[in-house]
Amino acid sequence: MRAVVNVYLKEGVLDPQGKAIAHALDSLGFGELVKGVRVGKQMVLELDSNDEASAKVEVEKMCETLLANTVIEDYTIEF
Amino acid sequence: MENLDKVLKSHKLSHEDYAHILEILGREPNLVEIGIFSAMWSEHCSYKSSKKYLNGFPTTAPWVIQGPGENAGVIDIGGGMAAVFKMESHNHPSFIEPFQGAATGVGGILRDIFTMGARPVANLNALRFGDVYGNETINRYQRHLVRGVVDGIGSYGNCMGVPTIGGEISFDSSYNGNILVNAFSLGICKSDEIFLGVAKGIGNPVIYVGSKTGRDGLGGAVMSSDSFTQESKSLRPTVQVGDPFTEKLLLEACLELFQTDHVVGIQDMGAAGLTSSSFEMAGKTGAGLKMDLDKVPAREEGMTPYEFMLSESQERMLICAKIGSEDAVIAIFQKWGLDAAVIGEVTDTGRMELYWHGQKCADMPIAPVSEEAPILDRPTAKPAYIDQIKDKTIDSYDTIDNQEAFEKMVSSLEVVDKSWVYQQYDSMVQTNTIKAPGSLDASVIRIKENGKALAMSSDCNPRYCYIDPHKGAALAVMESGRNVAMSGARPLAITDCLNFGNPQNPEVMWQFAHSCEGIKEACTKLNTPVVSGNVSLYNETDGTSVYPTPAIVMVGLNDSQESVLQSQLTQEGNELLLVGATKGEFGGSLYIKANFGETAGAIGAIDYDAELALWEFVIQANQKALLECAKDVSMGGIAIALAKLCATSNKGVDAQIELSERRYIFDESQSRAIVEVTSQNKEAVIAMAKALGLEIVTLGTIGGDRLKLNDIEMPLTQLQAIYFDTFAQMIEQDL
Repeated sequence: MRAVVNVYLKEGVLDPQGKAIAHALDSLGFGELVKGVRVGKQMVLELDSNDEASAKVEVEKMCETLLANTVIEDYTIEF
Repeated sequence: MENLDKVLKSHKLSHEDYAHILEILGREPNLVEIGIFSAMWSEHCSYKSSKKYLNGFPTTAPWVIQGPGENAGVIDIGGGMAAVFKMESHNHPSFIEPFQGAATGVGGILRDIFTMGARPVANLNALRFGDVYGNETINRYQRHLVRGVVDGIGSYGNCMGVPTIGGEISFDSSYNGNILVNAFSLGICKSDEIFLGVAKGIGNPVIYVGSKTGRDGLGGAVMSSDSFTQESKSLRPTVQVGDPFTEKLLLEACLELFQTDHVVGIQDMGAAGLTSSSFEMAGKTGAGLKMDLDKVPAREEGMTPYEFMLSESQERMLICAKIGSEDAVIAIFQKWGLDAAVIGEVTDTGRMELYWHGQKCADMPIAPVSEEAPILDRPTAKPAYIDQIKDKTIDSYDTIDNQEAFEKMVSSLEVVDKSWVYQQYDSMVQTNTIKAPGSLDASVIRIKENGKALAMSSDCNPRYCYIDPHKGAALAVMESGRNVAMSGARPLAITDCLNFGNPQNPEVMWQFAHSCEGIKEACTKLNTPVVSGNVSLYNETDGTSVYPTPAIVMVGLNDSQESVLQSQLTQEGNELLLVGATKGEFGGSLYIKANFGETAGAIGAIDYDAELALWEFVIQANQKALLECAKDVSMGGIAIALAKLCATSNKGVDAQIELSERRYIFDESQSRAIVEVTSQNKEAVIAMAKALGLEIVTLGTIGGDRLKLNDIEMPLTQLQAIYFDTFAQMIEQDL
């Protein structure tokens, strides 16, 4: 089974990386269209399990302790 | 107002405060005004608990250009140049999010320096953590905090191109729930080109520059004035994220602006953001301000006047410019890719008038808000523990072998090399660093503009401050000065960062009051005024306060950058001399802590004349090129000072000294130093010390493959393995 974890900055938290990309897009001529960029990351976990419910509990623990910095980041888990 | 109790509580205002607000405004405040009062009257902005004790700090000397009250202090360093410096805490944010908390702490102190018109040229930091040894959750968490804080400091300082050239780090369980992250920065500018945070001149425009405003750190100043409880650990969104690249642009844009004639005053937006910067700028001159908050560049949609006034978004400045220069100022910031907007103007009303799309949303008199903050005279009480521990001496403990004691002490985290930390910092960028981290005692940079060198050292022994807050704080001033003097520089002025527990606890207030007295006394006697500083209270978690920690940074000047004295042994065969008296001082010593796990005892009488004589001796002997190296003797005594010298210089020492008690090789008597001399200069050096009234004895000779001192001995290879590997092994055990 495969779990897809998306980690992204909480709303309202400054994203310097996104800001830099937005700036670069602007200098390439996309500025009219692009109003802002937010950068996140996606982690794909290969799991040895068939039980989505119990796996989800474990993946949540992983997010809380390692995969996400929950002080400034939120996350979603998809199977 | 509806739910008044709840609104006041969430803004940490009391009903007395509210009555005072009603009196000031002559009507009920709205929410924006409540928010502004809350920020301006927070401990962080108003110094309401501490002001009473800070008044009376010596702040003047012929070389002091600007004392406390501005963004940073300024001293004259000759040749038309000035040094601008300050230290500030970022304790609470760093505990919640170590990387960003420490990074934005560095960002904040750098802005304080370049707001004054100076280019930052050196950073230091003073860090305190809890118990990092062990496998409990708290130990692993503390190691995580160390890694995060160091990473954050390095990241921001390195990106900005400012070298981090030194600092100190120590560990004690009193910091388990509240780490301390104190960042120091020093900048250089011409002594007649200093900019102040003032707004004046009716009709002059108020210009906002830097990053856009988001919802970051809403109410940060209020948060940092609050103790942590289990509940507040979810106070998460108040953490700001730093953007050093933007700050670098802001630095360059500001320095470019300062070359023009457009600026009346400039203030950085730190804690309490637009609120404190605007009130401070107008408050200093008695002017009024009118600002259109809808013109503030916003990062997010739907932001309210309340949020604009209280946001703590980083990398922003407020400028009061001259009429007609608006376009020129904005052009400079746009060139550097930064936002800039005219958001208001100076008035003669003495009031802060805020508008939101043409509607007035706040109208407050400025002077009462910034100056009539409640000044508290909090109760003080001598802590009970002091009398319980003051009579303890080394004889209260089991006798142990000196060799056994030495082995424990030399591997203590407070003693060993911290290269794991400072190797993450760029200490050489700008290529002016003469004495880099790890070279013992003060850090030194050269000033290309005037051929001189600046020495600086951050010191505080929290154990001394715990057993005797008055003398402990005085000793922090003395030790930082001594370290500076060891490089041949003359100590000139200090900045302080006073970290204490909860001021509502009378025992903490007592510690605070006595520490302030100690700083006052030492700075007066040593003629090193306080030119800037910061107070951090409420460093308490679940009722446990940190040890009183008044961190001091002394800055000193060496007239010749060619004659900076090192703290490393230079030549085999040269002799080592011990200067100063060994009196058997073990109060708060490393000997008792490392061997018996206690912080106890009392501190003996402080002899400021001896201290000044020691400084004078090293400075004068160095000017005559009589010394090869100098190192102060402090924590761990002669034995630990020699161990550090041997390990870092890769040289052995054979030393023998007659003491009235065998354990006195670990004694921590103040006002002592070890100096290296050639046999040719020895007599002249001894004569010089004696002329200054200092005791001086031959300690030993450099050479061999081991450290030998009386009854202790360790091969150099073993000593170096302990000295250089212990810290990395501790911190990397989880990786």
